[in-house]
Amino acid sequence: MSDLMKDPLILRQIIMDHYEYPRNHHLTQDTHYHKAHMASESCIDDITVMAKIEDNIVKDVCFDGVACTISTASTSIMTELLIGKTVEEAEMIVKEYYKMIELLAFDEEVLQEAIAFHQVGKQANRIKCATIGFKAIEQCIKEHKHE
Amino acid sequence: MFEVSKVRQDFPFLKKADVSDKPLIYLDNAATTLKPQTVIDAVVQYYTDYSVNIHRGDYDLSFQVSDYYEKTRSLVAQFIQSETNEVVFTAGASASLNIVAHGYGEKYLKEGDVILSTESEHASSILPWFRVADKTKAQVEYVPLTDVGELTIENFRKSMHDKVKVVVVAHISNVLGYVIPLKEITEIAHQYGAVIVVDGAQSVPHIPTSVKEWDIDFLAFSAHKMYGPTGVGVLYGKYALLNSMDPYYLGGGSNARFDRCGNITLKNAPYKFEVGTPAIEAVLGLGAAIRYIQSIGFEAIEQAEHALHDYLVQELKPFAHIKLYNPSATSGIVTINAIGIPSQDAALYLNSKGIMVRAGNHCAKILLDVLKTSETIRISLSFYNTKEECDAIVSALNDITLEKCIDLIF
Repeated sequence: MSDLMKDPLILRQIIMDHYEYPRNHHLTQDTHYHKAHMASESCIDDITVMAKIEDNIVKDVCFDGVACTISTASTSIMTELLIGKTVEEAEMIVKEYYKMIELLAFDEEVLQEAIAFHQVGKQANRIKCATIGFKAIEQCIKEHKHE
Repeated sequence: MFEVSKVRQDFPFLKKADVSDKPLIYLDNAATTLKPQTVIDAVVQYYTDYSVNIHRGDYDLSFQVSDYYEKTRSLVAQFIQSETNEVVFTAGASASLNIVAHGYGEKYLKEGDVILSTESEHASSILPWFRVADKTKAQVEYVPLTDVGELTIENFRKSMHDKVKVVVVAHISNVLGYVIPLKEITEIAHQYGAVIVVDGAQSVPHIPTSVKEWDIDFLAFSAHKMYGPTGVGVLYGKYALLNSMDPYYLGGGSNARFDRCGNITLKNAPYKFEVGTPAIEAVLGLGAAIRYIQSIGFEAIEQAEHALHDYLVQELKPFAHIKLYNPSATSGIVTINAIGIPSQDAALYLNSKGIMVRAGNHCAKILLDVLKTSETIRISLSFYNTKEECDAIVSALNDITLEKCIDLIF
């Protein structure tokens, strides 16, 4: 385990930063984007993720909506992680992220700032929050592949 | 003489909480309430001592259980001041409200008619009427609320007109805890020939109910919010109205006879609505819950809950980082937000201190447009809560920060 992951102060800072200044926090009217609306039944989280995938590259990801700190920060981090990646790389990152959430061994290198959530799997009631954005981008990729 | 420490001994949950090393502070009483031992005993007693079905007169035990079941109906009637045959046992307030929407709304409403409600209604109260509107081409209209979310007689009077055939309101809003002027509103509704459907889920457990005095047409409430078992509730309806309605379910128990040509003769209300074997143990448990409430007395219940509400509001008022949405409410519901912290994060922070509250929109999704927030934290008090429990949530809210909420995941 890297030293970074042992320091909750740094991890907290990452989450705070992405919650207070979420990246790619907007939606677009561009019809070339795939769109996934995720609304949790049991909590307030209600977000929309949009992704533009062309030439097998995730060209852009953006999101908006009402959500808690964990949902907002994890989705914000997801957008930064995935923009510019190939579809296969994006799928691999999502897979590694889920491994981390399930508290299994995972590749720290590819998850970068997302490792801030490496302990979240210990709290069943926050797993939904930490995965909502990743589930949304998964849907967008799936939709793209079906085109 | 009401003594909270004594009352807490009646509830196994609280008895355990009071001696536990870990705090266990239940402040989500609008969601459901804790059960006193007498209710638990009544439920268990059915399974251990009776176990048989009701309304089978062929053996003594069934006759006896049927008698207890029907005596509970009389007890409910006495509790809400109705006639016994105006009490229908249902699966809960949501079921009761659906029975009225289907059996009355879909049968009698037509294009151009109006269903008048408010933006503070619970989903269970208003969604069945959305479907009625959809099926009958009636319209749903809303009485404007004040800027703190209250329903006033003036606004209600202004919103009433000849086309309004049904008024749908909660006696106490589950988000803001205001008690509406029900008698006056009913009188106005009746002047226009409309019937009034009242969601009493939050009021029946906390204030005395008199359907007779208020002259309301329908009332729905759940046992589990009044210290009784889950899975059972009551629909009260004026007898003539109940008898004029179509039951949603048909089947055993609700018909008097039928023949091979498809002719069905239904029983009269309330039995035409009670099809199949009911939750017998839960109905008997509801009876025990009513007897428990009567043993405490509404005067003591109201006094205790007001005192806790006022104390909590007074303690939270000085906090600049806490927004209070309903300081003037007269029931036990205190609705707040910690500014800058999503309600869910705040609720989970309170959970880490052993304090149970509800975060979110509380099934009243349109009210939040009035409050200009997407979500709130709802603290709902009951007579068995204590000042010390209020102190615990005040102390947790005193030093709540976004950082502390986030740190919970490490």
